[in-house]
Amino acid sequence: MASGAELTPTSYMAHHLTNLTSSLGEGPFWTLHIDTLAMSVLLGIISFGFLWWVVRGATSGVPGKRQAFVELAIEFIDEQVKSTFHGDRHAFVAPAALTVFVWVLMMNTMDLLPIDIMAAVYELLGIHNWRSVPTTDINTTFALALSIWLLMIFFNIKVKGLGGWIHELVCTPFGKNPLLWPVNILFNVVEYVSKPLSHSLRLYGNIYAGEIIFLLIGMWAATGLVGTLFGTMLGAGWAIFHILIVTLQAFIFMMLTVVYLSMAHESH
Amino acid sequence: MNINFTLISQAMAFAIFIWFTVKFVWPPLMRAIENRQKTIADGLAAGERGKHELELASHRSADVVKEAKQRAADIIVQAEKRASQIIEEAKVAAQDEGKRILVGAKAEVEQEVFRARETLRQHVADLAVAGAAKILHREVDAKTHADLLTSIKAEL
Repeated sequence: MASGAELTPTSYMAHHLTNLTSSLGEGPFWTLHIDTLAMSVLLGIISFGFLWWVVRGATSGVPGKRQAFVELAIEFIDEQVKSTFHGDRHAFVAPAALTVFVWVLMMNTMDLLPIDIMAAVYELLGIHNWRSVPTTDINTTFALALSIWLLMIFFNIKVKGLGGWIHELVCTPFGKNPLLWPVNILFNVVEYVSKPLSHSLRLYGNIYAGEIIFLLIGMWAATGLVGTLFGTMLGAGWAIFHILIVTLQAFIFMMLTVVYLSMAHESH
Repeated sequence: MNINFTLISQAMAFAIFIWFTVKFVWPPLMRAIENRQKTIADGLAAGERGKHELELASHRSADVVKEAKQRAADIIVQAEKRASQIIEEAKVAAQDEGKRILVGAKAEVEQEVFRARETLRQHVADLAVAGAAKILHREVDAKTHADLLTSIKAEL
């Protein structure tokens, strides 16, 4: 809604779905989405700084409200990890799950910021394009999913050894028979490709779709009094429903992370 | 929507956040929680032990009370026995004393009777002597007739 005169649905959508970019070099790859990076790093610093601040003064006596809240969240995640991962979860998997859950939840929650008001605020700050939700940027979800994919391969090799991992790739799930090797390898390749794809696209799709629906409601709200009324009601309803989606997607992303990392620790 | 360098920067941010959580957020809180769990477990165990000890103590105190009651009853029985014994002894002593007093009194009475009789006999003898003297109109020499007088006295 920035440059009023040429406002069409297309330009409205395009405006809200354009990242603030910065070019780092030649070619399309060397661009950086400053809004995505800044928002995610800011949210990460806020949430993990908060956790750190609370945990630093943690008492083993009667906890205060703040500590009780953090403990509740952490124990919830610890419980989930314990039921899936059988090993020393405190060393890496559980804190990694906490990181994923808290960070993704925070980034998803930015979806509940009223898009047009935020756009006006950014406009006041002199920023024309700024997307508040880092998880509607496929770079973020792919970054997370690929990091976890690399961790998965790392733990596979660490736990089973390189030979053990290759043996697993060749001999499972169908059997040791050399005739079955190509099938096994094909199956595992499909699995290893599909894991990060489904992992990242599920989160991206849900949150991006949520954003698009907010935009559509916003567009309807601009069509007149009736549109504004219904747009308000629908927007409120969708936002309330979206609280569930935001949390659920963060939880699913975290659970899949734990499951993938547990599978990497277990030999077949 | 195109993949670009943002992905790598986000992955680096992710790695840093994971490292931070693994290093600084998770361990202190887990330590605090585990310490608290230990404290609670210790407290529960102590409570259980206390309950057990209370039970033992109540058993012991019941035993002590029972024993004390038993002993008190014994003491009462003994005291009653002793009291009746004392009464019995006192009765016996009183009877003995009574008998002794009675015997003494009897002896005294007898003595008194004897003495009276002696006196009486003396008087009678005197009377007899005086009578005889009167009859004989002469003095009876008591010394001379002492033998006679004594025999008369004895006959009386």
